[in-house]
Amino acid sequence: MSKSNFTRRGVLKTGAVAGAGLALPTIFTAQSGHAFTNDPTGGTVTLGFNVPQTGAYADEGADELRAYKLAVEHLNGEGDGGMLNTFTSKELQGNGILGKKVEYVTGDTQTKSDAARASAKSMIEKDGAVMITGGSSSGVAIAVQGLCQEAGVIFMAGLTHSNDTTGKDRKANGFRHFFNGYMSGAALAPVLKNIYGDDRKAYHLTADYTWGWTQQESIAAATEALGWETVNNVLTPLASTDFSSYIAPVLNSGADVLVLNHYGGNMVNSLTNAVQFGLREKVVNGKDFEIVVPLYSRLMAKGAGANVKGIHGSTNWHWSLQDEGSKAFVKSFGTKYGFPPSQAAHTCYVQTLLYADAVTRAGSFAPCAVVEALEGFEFDGLGNGKTLYRAEDHQCFKDVLVVRGKENPTSEFDLLEVVEVTPAAQVTYAPDHAMFGGADASLGECNNGA
Amino acid sequence: MDGLILQILNGLDKGSAYALIALGLTLIFGTLGVVNFAHGALFMIGAFCAVTISKILNISYEVIDPNQTDFLGNPLKVKTPYVESWFGPEMGASIIDWSVPLAILLTIPVMMLIGLIMERGLIKHFYNREHADQILVTFGLAIVLQEIIKYYFGANPIQTPPPEALQGVANVGAAIGMDLPYPIWRIVYFCFSLGIIGAVFAFLQFTTFGMVVRAGMADRETVGLLGINIDRRFTIMFAIAAAVAGLAGVMYAPINPPNYHMGMDFLVLSFVVVVVGGMGSLPGAVLAGFMLGILESFASTTWATTTLPGINQIIIYLVAIIVLLTRPRGLMGRKGVMEE
Amino acid sequence: MLGLNNKDTKLLIVVAVLTLLAPFILNPFPAGSAMAQFNAGYPDLMQRFVIFGIFAIGFNILFGLTGYLSFGHAAFLGIGSYAAVWIFKLFTYNVVPAIALAVIMAGLFSVIIGYVSLRRSGIYFSILTLAFAQMSFALAYSVLSNPKFNLTNGETGLQVYADDLQMFHREGLPDLPHLFGLSMRSTYNLDIGAWSFSFNAGYYLCAVVLMLVFYLSIRIFRSPFGLMLRAIKSNQTRMSYTGLNPRPHTLAAFVISGMYAGLAGGLMAAMDPLAGAERMQWTASGEVVLMTILGGTGTLIGPVLGAGFIKYFENIFSKINDSILHEWFAFLPDGLENFMVFIVHPFVGKGWHLTLGILFMLVVIFLPGGLVEGGQRIGKWIKNRGKAKDSGATTEPAE
Repeated sequence: MSKSNFTRRGVLKTGAVAGAGLALPTIFTAQSGHAFTNDPTGGTVTLGFNVPQTGAYADEGADELRAYKLAVEHLNGEGDGGMLNTFTSKELQGNGILGKKVEYVTGDTQTKSDAARASAKSMIEKDGAVMITGGSSSGVAIAVQGLCQEAGVIFMAGLTHSNDTTGKDRKANGFRHFFNGYMSGAALAPVLKNIYGDDRKAYHLTADYTWGWTQQESIAAATEALGWETVNNVLTPLASTDFSSYIAPVLNSGADVLVLNHYGGNMVNSLTNAVQFGLREKVVNGKDFEIVVPLYSRLMAKGAGANVKGIHGSTNWHWSLQDEGSKAFVKSFGTKYGFPPSQAAHTCYVQTLLYADAVTRAGSFAPCAVVEALEGFEFDGLGNGKTLYRAEDHQCFKDVLVVRGKENPTSEFDLLEVVEVTPAAQVTYAPDHAMFGGADASLGECNNGA
Repeated sequence: MDGLILQILNGLDKGSAYALIALGLTLIFGTLGVVNFAHGALFMIGAFCAVTISKILNISYEVIDPNQTDFLGNPLKVKTPYVESWFGPEMGASIIDWSVPLAILLTIPVMMLIGLIMERGLIKHFYNREHADQILVTFGLAIVLQEIIKYYFGANPIQTPPPEALQGVANVGAAIGMDLPYPIWRIVYFCFSLGIIGAVFAFLQFTTFGMVVRAGMADRETVGLLGINIDRRFTIMFAIAAAVAGLAGVMYAPINPPNYHMGMDFLVLSFVVVVVGGMGSLPGAVLAGFMLGILESFASTTWATTTLPGINQIIIYLVAIIVLLTRPRGLMGRKGVMEE
Repeated sequence: MLGLNNKDTKLLIVVAVLTLLAPFILNPFPAGSAMAQFNAGYPDLMQRFVIFGIFAIGFNILFGLTGYLSFGHAAFLGIGSYAAVWIFKLFTYNVVPAIALAVIMAGLFSVIIGYVSLRRSGIYFSILTLAFAQMSFALAYSVLSNPKFNLTNGETGLQVYADDLQMFHREGLPDLPHLFGLSMRSTYNLDIGAWSFSFNAGYYLCAVVLMLVFYLSIRIFRSPFGLMLRAIKSNQTRMSYTGLNPRPHTLAAFVISGMYAGLAGGLMAAMDPLAGAERMQWTASGEVVLMTILGGTGTLIGPVLGAGFIKYFENIFSKINDSILHEWFAFLPDGLENFMVFIVHPFVGKGWHLTLGILFMLVVIFLPGGLVEGGQRIGKWIKNRGKAKDSGATTEPAE
């Protein structure tokens, strides 16, 4: 899409063209006068919401889709406006984006890189989407981000927590609002040290793929810096459903903390198994045995049920936050759907607003203009306090929440309580940090496509 | 040493689920000659029987409590299950607590009914079709069944804890003077599977019905010529196989929270188990189930994964290849079955 | 023509016309209309139709002719993709060497896996191939992507980075896979009235390859070698008694179909330079089995139809959401509109798996010969209309 070879195509396709005298020869995405892919010409603009609708993350995807629909309503001036009222940038008027009504298409990533790219491509090639957003895993986010870079559209990542998304795989056309493994470690480690002491021995179980590794690397580095010792790190296959054979060796390893670098179904099962094996009642080295789940989400906490009680982890956002932005969002979402939004929903809603705002400030849908508007953009009022979209790697820097499974939940949504809000400064790192691709990592050039 | 014994226990426990599913698959294959790709889905439906029962028991009425607020700041609606108001809070709570064992009572009739409907409504028409067609149609059915479950219960796993009394760990090594803490429910699961396997074998071995079925498995035509309605008996065997899968599922629910695709997760593995055991051999299926469970557990120890990185990912398949290359028809398979 | 009999020539011409005119055929509805949702004539999906068609044609040479049901063919597709992307990374974005290496690598692996697996037959063969494929998937997903020896890049998928070697990449060549300078993504858009048709370079490369391999598959079906393969399916024992050794023939069929899979994998990478491990998972192998059986096992055109059928569902039905449904039924009174949306809702969007599952069952139950049989029945019905009602007999799948 980004490169087109007009003359050559012309030659090759003369035969086909000859029959069509009425034809207006135009090159896909580069209709005469348009400088970028899928320039919205009519009264509407199309956004592509690419979320998992089948597979293990389908519920998370469904929640993301709810948030997107809400964001579209608010952008088009329907509903109560949600975070538009609390957002520090006041450009968005509820009249669509740049006066164009916002429409959307949806697709199914199936949490597979191939399917996600196919779905994103159909949005770009068939539906004329000018921005793609969504996703519930890092593999998919990185794959789709790469595609959007090549195609010349903007990618606003949904839930993706791997360091690589804005690390070694960062792309100029891609932006991530969600936090990452490094931030989880940096936020969690001091809290863990305060509660559990600084001479703990940690045993890591890590999902054996890219996200798991970066997560484990980050949390091990952060805890070791505060005096903890990493006794062992065991990689577990992603396809595992039963973790008993990985949990049993923990009993006699001499470790007194178990860190579960798992997400989704893996995390639900490994935590359930760990509790089954009585780890929480154990006393090792004269200390109570503890379990830590670095990346939490409410949907996972729900799956793990009573097992999460008292277990610490980190999260990007939680509906119980009391700032104005969060309250406004929870109110619109809760009124519309009857339950509070998940962190994935929050990130997706915010990403849509941030994109719309950047387009409005830039006065153009052209990806490079949007990139410029978002780079180094500072804002507040979208939850998480003051936030910066850093220019060097397109990662948001904002407060990170350390949460704990609630002992006495009052409802089925009230599963986590916020223990500490770690300020953004504490989780900020250099753009050329070794865990983020080092000095070699580069955004490359922004791509307008066509 | 303790670690080794714990891993054997883990293996037996995993093996229990494999063995039960493989047993059912083999029963169906041995009697009807049908390759049932929907068997994993039956296991999954069994697990969701437990979820359904616990949902039913938790059906609640709401009372507005003005002193508490919900997430929107409105007065909180406090939910109380009807069971608790009917039987008193304590009795009610313990009924809910025992929902998984209670679900077993529901599972047996429900699964037998599903089995009967499946066999009479669909499988019957596929006796004489190619195995590929059987695979395709049962695979389609498996997709439909799991999508229906997903539609009603969502994709997220649903926690279904065992009764309080059966939570926690017991020291299984106490008798031999070792410290071997092991989750009580997993011990229950293992004993339960042994019971089911024993019951199926006893049923086939010691009842007239079972004798006829075994005769039919060996030579369907002759048994039919003797004037015995073998088809009806085979239909009942299908229902029994479905019930075995369902029971395996319902008891598995507290071990790992059920989700709609757990059937597919087990399907491929149980086929490997069946084939390693030898197509059509019941003892082979059980033996292979436990064997692969134990090997899988050993392969996931730190010792194994540091010696051969990734061995835990591939062990089952590696063993399947080695077994099939050294023993052409699996551990206990008979000649000429499924080889054409 | 080309050494084919009349019937086969006709079939080849039909396939050629269909593939070359696909941009028109697949876009029957004006862009922007409510029915445009069902248009499939955009480059990515057209490429997928053809690539999976090639994959299924190859699979059919093994399964349709010899009856050996491989449950691990996706592994060769994955190997082909990885090989192609490595060419992109190390040497050049030109697709010719990439596709060539994809076919060669897939061929090598299929010789090894085929040699071992073909020592067994029936379901034992199926499980052996499944085991090999699952092992490849598991290793590609995790172990082979560790930082020290990153062969596959795991979860994310192997892709080309700006700092990759690309020895023969020159200034002025597209930064995407290309055929001697012609970018695979370059697309020519033709607007006629309300309609819009896209002609994509990558698609036409795939289409030409499809025609070549389709021709090859006809020749294989009609050759003495094909006859030999059929003999293996109908009675292997008898074949051995006549003094012929079936195994070299089966192995040849296995390797040919493995190379077809590798070719499909290479083309996939050429259209979109990313190779993901999921391509090798057992569900992907299962998919090609479904395509072949759904279309009509042992028929020439069936697998292509089956591939199109499944990919159409995956890509079109999964995108229909509630707001589109409301648009469709907007002409009805409110209550009825909501009711219709309520009825249709479970079968589209996130429910596309359900619809696919139901259709599998219906096709297998009522059309044992797959879609091809369905077509033949309709053809027969039209022919026999008005004639005496004596047809009733079963149809033989065409070959």
